[in-house]
Parts: sequence; structure tokens; C-alpha cells
Amino acid sequence: MSLLQIAEPDEPAPRREPKRAIGIDLGTTNSLVATVRNGIPVVLPDEEGRPLVPSIVRYAPEGVEVGHAAMARQSQDPQNTIVSVKRFMGRGLADLADDRRFPYHFVEAPGMVQIGTRHGVKSPVEVSADILRSLRLRAEAQLGGTVEGAVVTVPAYFDDAQRQATKDAARLAGLEVLRLLNEPTAAAIAYGLDNAAEGVYAVYDLGGGTFDISILRLTRGVFEVLATSGDSALGGDDFDHRVFCWALEAGKLPPLAPSDARLLLVKSREAKEMLTGHQAAPIVARLATGDDVNLSLTSDTFAGITQQLVQKTLQPVRRALRDAKLDVADIKGVVLVGGATRMPRIRRAVAEFFGQPPLTNLNPDEVVALGAAMQANALMGNRERGDDWLLLDVIPLSLGLETMGGLAEKIVPRNSTIPVSRAQEFTTYRDGQTAMVIHVVQGERERVADCRSLARFELRGIPPMAAGAARIRVTFQVDADGLLSASAREQVSGIEASVVVKPSYGLSDGDIARMLQDSYAHAAEDMAARAFAEAAVEADQLAEQVRNAVAADGDLLEERERATIDAALAEVARHRGGDDAGSLRAAVEALNRASEGLAARRMDRSVSKALSGRNVDTLVGE
Amino acid sequence: MIDFSRNHFELFGLPVRFATDPDALDARYRELQAEVHPDRFGAGSETERRLAHQASARVNEAYRALRDPVERARYLLAMRGVDAMDQKDTKLPLDFLEAQLECRERAAEAAESEDIAGLEAILAGIHRERVARQGELAALLDGECDAERARQAVRELKFLAKVAEDVETMLEALDA
Repeated sequence: MSLLQIAEPDEPAPRREPKRAIGIDLGTTNSLVATVRNGIPVVLPDEEGRPLVPSIVRYAPEGVEVGHAAMARQSQDPQNTIVSVKRFMGRGLADLADDRRFPYHFVEAPGMVQIGTRHGVKSPVEVSADILRSLRLRAEAQLGGTVEGAVVTVPAYFDDAQRQATKDAARLAGLEVLRLLNEPTAAAIAYGLDNAAEGVYAVYDLGGGTFDISILRLTRGVFEVLATSGDSALGGDDFDHRVFCWALEAGKLPPLAPSDARLLLVKSREAKEMLTGHQAAPIVARLATGDDVNLSLTSDTFAGITQQLVQKTLQPVRRALRDAKLDVADIKGVVLVGGATRMPRIRRAVAEFFGQPPLTNLNPDEVVALGAAMQANALMGNRERGDDWLLLDVIPLSLGLETMGGLAEKIVPRNSTIPVSRAQEFTTYRDGQTAMVIHVVQGERERVADCRSLARFELRGIPPMAAGAARIRVTFQVDADGLLSASAREQVSGIEASVVVKPSYGLSDGDIARMLQDSYAHAAEDMAARAFAEAAVEADQLAEQVRNAVAADGDLLEERERATIDAALAEVARHRGGDDAGSLRAAVEALNRASEGLAARRMDRSVSKALSGRNVDTLVGE
Repeated sequence: MIDFSRNHFELFGLPVRFATDPDALDARYRELQAEVHPDRFGAGSETERRLAHQASARVNEAYRALRDPVERARYLLAMRGVDAMDQKDTKLPLDFLEAQLECRERAAEAAESEDIAGLEAILAGIHRERVARQGELAALLDGECDAERARQAVRELKFLAKVAEDVETMLEALDA
């Protein structure tokens, strides 16, 4: 491959020892660590030569077990053995489609769900940090010293909250994070550089719990992501679960205890894996109840029960192609990544869709970690002359903010190349309005309620003016990790406010330091105070919104409805004076429900207003 | 680092005109990013990395504006002091609006009857119209500039883009 020639800034560069840099693939099912040795990326195996570490953490009576040891005990201690923790990163209990599928003691916490274990309540960030720490120690033992920098991969379709949680976990594990890198992009680097590829490629990445599709153009050493799409809650795990459900039904089994459920799930996964090379696979297990399971899963049955899941991956593929403004015929090759792409079902579906057999001359488990190691090496300044390439990646989901009527206004559309900085002007809604809440959201839907809320911040001290006279410029900046910071400035007075958008449950630098030192002593107390503070912010926000809505569009309300809203408002005010987050949240929820009808009608009104006046200028920001 | 005072065309070393060579634009974009992208400064100081972020974002912004015909035309008009999207004057010819309204209706009907091929045909039709409109714009902007007519063509092009986007959304919904 001919590469871009870029002059060394200060020649001649002194020869120095390469810095210790690693790439980590933090997977749903398995994780890996890799480094670049003498110019060649290699996976660092454990003492027994195993490259993969199962992403499983067991909080055992005698300490924390990670990987194979934890996996071996999972059926005996399912509640304290956390598998697939990546599914919970940056997710609340309400986000989990079916929390009964998991045997854990979930603890509702602001924003991100937590898990009760015998070592106390653990956030997914802490569990992930335990996995990352063991990989860091493995690398340090083999590299002979402290790791100076790491690139950690994330699914391309991870939103801001999930990315932030991953970065926090890495820092908690004592890693200096050079970059969060999208998994399919990492795979493209490893594949592209190894094969001197040029042209447009698709990376189909089906992992244990996440699915990504990225379309990249490779031109003379530049890896340009044209579009990405996916599903951050779809992966090999779901195929296992389908088999598990089938076994329950086919074996006419009663509801299972957690340990039996885990055992049957493990057997289901083994059967799925066996079907890669066979036409049928046995599922045989003796349950604690004395029941014997003895089933045979054929590949035809498997195809039938997983048909829907396979189709579910093709939808984002079509969307990514459309966003890239490309056709299937434009794709020169399809790279398969992720252990789940070993399934013949998947390979056939991909081949059929793209009209060509996928490229399989690389190890789908290792390619992401290898690409991450190459990126870490480059970011550390270790690259050799001539070893010159560049990544141009995108954000997977649109970023915007809430405008009147609960509608989301996009500021940075999905598939914008990062880093990106984009500004848009907004104005006040009421006469004399002196403050404005900037509510930052991520997602493609029109209604804020259907998008992910990332942060709220306030711009105060706006000089009183007539409604529509103030000019507030909101600027979004997304860095090369895909993380957002936002700021707002009133143009007339110069008043300014800004936040680095951390989802409200994200960890501040101070939080991390504290957790690193001593996390357990006051945890419960801190949590309660923080939970209340956050519920209070939400309560104030909602109460203000509802009052505004009633003031602006009260004519849309029937008398009885209005009384219900007033009562709900009073209830929120009462609990706001207390200190119990739970009851305040309940009151907020009740107010939410009471005002739902009004919100919907107001939205209809604003939509019909927008439509009647819909012409070019309303479609354009500035 | 790059000179932030230069306009988009200067930044990319391209002639100030609507008709562009997309290959030259792409190639120049990659060269610029190879110089300023934050990844080039991974081992650099905090300040260097911040500057790289700004410069790289600036290059991305310019590339986006130059690559998109509507944005490129708006930018050219803005350089001449004309605001194509001025909210005080948003008139579009009635026959154009009627044609678009009718197009939207046909799309909505096709979506209703889940006629994917029909929607795709409508999308192709809009695309042809956009290409024709771009040809007009090149003549209006690069020849003897008629700012007022160019302004209207930009708004029509923007409107067509929005209609195309709506049809794409309908297609996407049928996919689900």
C-alpha cells in the first residue's frame, strides 16, 4: 500500500525505547489485551497460553476472581458471578429489556443499574474495572513494567453514556486511556494494514452482546468511516438465550432456580457452538431438582428459533449503506468480527445480503484487540517511519437538545466525522426569561422522551428581554473519543455556561479518586444524598415545565385534568422538602403521568404549527 | 497548524466556485487531516492536542460544507453578503411548492401501502431533480452571478433535500 508521506516534525528523531502501550478489547463475553512488539501486533496470553479471558467476575468469599476461575464456578454461585456486565454499562434498570433473565440482585440507582454482591453493591463500571485491571496486570507482567497508555475499544454504536462508563472503568483500573476506539474500526485497521486493502469495506461485528456495522473507505493509509449503525443490545448472548428458551419448552421444564438456569444456559451455549461444525448438538444436564434434561438441537431448529435475530442485524446494515449513500455493489469486501460470526447461519446471511462470501482470513476474536494495540502504539509515538496511517471516525447517534414541546433538535447529526464542533442559536420562550435549561439528548427520534438524556445544564443571568429577542448560541464539541462537551453563551450579554457532558451518573475525576482510595465506608450515605440531589433536579425541572405548559396551553386542559395536575404538583413540592429520593421520584413519576395528556396535545399543537409554517427557513438552523 | 482566517476554499486550495472536483476535494481533505488530526499529537502536550482538536474540527466543518451542494452554495452566497436562508424572505414559487406537496403525498401513499419499490422510484425522481438544480446553480453562481435567482435555487435545493430525507425516513420505517 502506498502511504501518505508525512515529514517528521523535528528531524532527526532520536532513537528511543518504545513506550509500553496496549490495546484492550473489553468484550461482552471475552476480553483480550494486545501490544505491538517489534512492529508486529500480538495478543498477550495468560500463563497457560490462553489469549481470551472470559469477561466474568466472581465476588467470591475469599476475594475477586476474574476470567476462567470465575467461569468455572458460575453455576454454583450465579448471584455473585457477573457475566456480560457490558450489557449494563451506562444503562438503567428500565433499559434492560428483561431483567428477570439475569439472576442478580439489581439495585436501582440513578441512571446506571447496580448489582448487589457479597462484596457489597457494585456498579457495572466497577465490575468492568476488575476485568480491565486483570488485563493490565497481565500486560505489565509480560512487558516488564508499568503500562504507559491504553486504547480501549467500545462498540461503534455505544452512546455517550456507555462510552463514558467504559472510560471511567479503565481509569478506575489504573489505566491511562489514550483513546476509546470503535471496535469495527479497530478491526479495519488490523485487517486493512495486514492486507494492504484499498476501497470500500463493510465490517460486520457481532459480539457477545452488541452488534455493529461500519462502512469504511480505505485510501492510501487513511481509514475513513463513512457510516456506522448497530444495536447495542444484540449479540451471541441472545442466540444462547433463544436456545435456552427452546430447551425449557422442549424439555417441559418448570421454572428453574438460578443455579440450574445458569447451568442450562451454559449447555445451550455449548450446543450453539457445536452446531458450527455439526448438524445436531445434544443438550444434556442433570438439574438440582433431580430432573434430567436430554435434548437434541438440530441446525434446522436452531435456524428457525434464531431467524428473527439474524434479520435484526440486517436492518442496521441497510441503514448504514443508505447513510453512506452506497449500494451493496459498492462494497469490495466484508470483514467478519466477533465470535458470534462463526455461526454458519450468520455467514450465510451476510454472504447472501452482500452477494459475496465474507472475508474470514483473520481470527474474529483477536482482530479488534490487535487493531487497538496498533492504535495505542501509534498514539504513543512509537510508530516507525513509513508506518503511517490515519483514522477518521464518526459518531453513531445524533446529538441534540430539547426545544419547546419536548421535541429534540439535532445539532450534530449521526455519522458526523469527529472531532466536530457545531453551534446553533436558540432563543427564549417567555418575556423576561432570565434562565434557560439546556437539555442534551442523543438519538434519532423526534421526541425527547424517546431519546437518551445525557445531561442538563442551566444558563442563568440572561438579561430580561422580550420573548425571542435573546440569542443563545449552543456549541457542541465531540472529541476523538466520541465524547461530548456542550456550552451555551448569550450573545448580547456574553453570559456563558458549559459542561463536559457526563451523564448524571457518570463519575467525576474526584469520584474516581475517592473510589480508588476508599470506596466502601460511606458508599450508602453518599449514594442516598446523590440520589436525592438528582431526583430534586429532575423534580424542579419537571415542575417548571409543567407549570409553563399549563400557563402556555392551559386551554387544552379539562377542569378535572387540571386539578389532577395541580395535586401532583403539590405532592412533588411536599417531597421536595424531604430527603427521600424514592418518594420524590414516585411523586415526579405521578406528575409525569398526570401531565402526559397535556404534553401530547401540546406536541400536536406545536407540530401542526410547525407544519403550517413549514418552509425552508424552519428547516435551517442559523 | 492551519490558518483559521482562511475561507473554506482557501483552506482546501480550491478555486472559489460552485462546480468542484470531488476527487480533488477528497484528496485534499485527507491530506489536511493527516496534518492536523488529534491522533498525530497523541504523545503531544495538552495545548497541542487542544489545538489539533480545533483544527481538525475546522477541517471537518469545511469539508462538510464544500461537499454538500446546498451548503456550498449557501457559503458562496454568504461570501457575497447574501443570506440564502434569510428568515425574512422565504418565498418559494407556488408551482414548485405544489409539486413538492404532491410528491410528499405520493410518498405517503406508497408508504401506507408498503410499496418499497414505489418509494425508491420517488426518491430517484427527487435525486434527478436535485442534480438538475445543481447544474442550474453552477451556471448562476459561477457565470455572471445572479444572486437573487441563485438564492431561490438554493432554497429549492434545500427543500428537495428535506423531502428526500422524509422519504428516506419512510423507507427506514418500512424496514423496521
